[in-house]
Amino acid sequence: MATFTLPKNSTVGEGRTHVAPAGAKNVRSFKIYRWDPDGGANPRTDTYDIDLDQCGPMVLDALIKIKNEVDSTLTFRRSCREGICGSCSMNIDGLNTLACLKPIEEVTGDVRISPLPHMPVVKDLVPDLSQIYAQLRSVEPWLKADTPPPPDGERLQSKEERAKLDGLWECILCFCCSTACPSYWWNGDRYLGPAVLLQAYRWIADSRDEATGDRLDALEDPFKLYRCHTIMNCTRTCPKGLNPAQAIGEIKKLMVERQG
Amino acid sequence: MSQPTLRTLRSPLGRARGMGSAKGGTHHWWMQRVTSVALLPLTIWLVFGLARMPDSTWHEATAWIGRPFNAVLLLAFLAAAFHHTASGLQVVIEDYVRGETARMGWLLAIKGICALLWLAASLAVLRIAV
Repeated sequence: MATFTLPKNSTVGEGRTHVAPAGAKNVRSFKIYRWDPDGGANPRTDTYDIDLDQCGPMVLDALIKIKNEVDSTLTFRRSCREGICGSCSMNIDGLNTLACLKPIEEVTGDVRISPLPHMPVVKDLVPDLSQIYAQLRSVEPWLKADTPPPPDGERLQSKEERAKLDGLWECILCFCCSTACPSYWWNGDRYLGPAVLLQAYRWIADSRDEATGDRLDALEDPFKLYRCHTIMNCTRTCPKGLNPAQAIGEIKKLMVERQG
Repeated sequence: MSQPTLRTLRSPLGRARGMGSAKGGTHHWWMQRVTSVALLPLTIWLVFGLARMPDSTWHEATAWIGRPFNAVLLLAFLAAAFHHTASGLQVVIEDYVRGETARMGWLLAIKGICALLWLAASLAVLRIAV
């Protein structure tokens, strides 16, 4: 059976508490998943009491403040801090999202932060994404065309053809959606997951691409595509407001359409 | 980095590509939708049909089943219902059961049981109707 409980060495224990400096008036507790691969110990939840009057508005601001001023061992990915790079995806208050786009005041009570669910953890809030990157590579997310581009310019699209890519090209590959998908949790070794399928559809829907049939062939599989059961966690969690479930639905419609 | 569950040195891309596409699954997915849509009117018809004869005798019930219109719709209902049940349970098995042998065993058992039940139920309708 699929494993529904955490293995013994992954159960999370209580960790340390870092209290706010004396005199802080607007204090919020951040409960953050910590795991160090070197110690051999189980993961733990550390509590950091932060004075929000001395902190930026987003969850990422608090994480950076903790790393700079409280505990430099806290490890997480971040880069652009404006929702474009997709690095700081993590589970905040039970929902996968980007720490840089999540206002602290949207969370009621303690701010609970853990890594993207059901991925191997490298350290603290850093998940190992090598498998999901390989899955992305496997759908060959680049333009494939036998017809050479015009010698005097780029490949052209009509406005209608270009409009079909809206809602697809904006994906920043943060993988909030795939790691929110129960089907991806249970069968992530074979199911491609919403993020990768949205990328696959981005090239299926591109009028300049000439490999649509090959792309559909590669996806026609009970596991690679049809593990999607329209659970819609992907669409609910997407921090960019995209709709991976709809993209997967469009792929399924094309699969039926081409059978006549 | 300690990874106690790592049992392969195959590259991530090799694992992601795996055995490639099975070139199937669309028919199964589409038939699940088709049977569910077909079952909507058929189930409503059956529920109303049964509700109209709560106190009927054995003779009245068999006479109702024996009418060609009812018999044909009953057979269609049974075919759609058992097909839908089998394909739905197949999805559950594929989602949650690990190991190829266990998965195959469960799938064969479910399809076999659904096929036998469908044949038995259809035979019952046919014996009354024909």
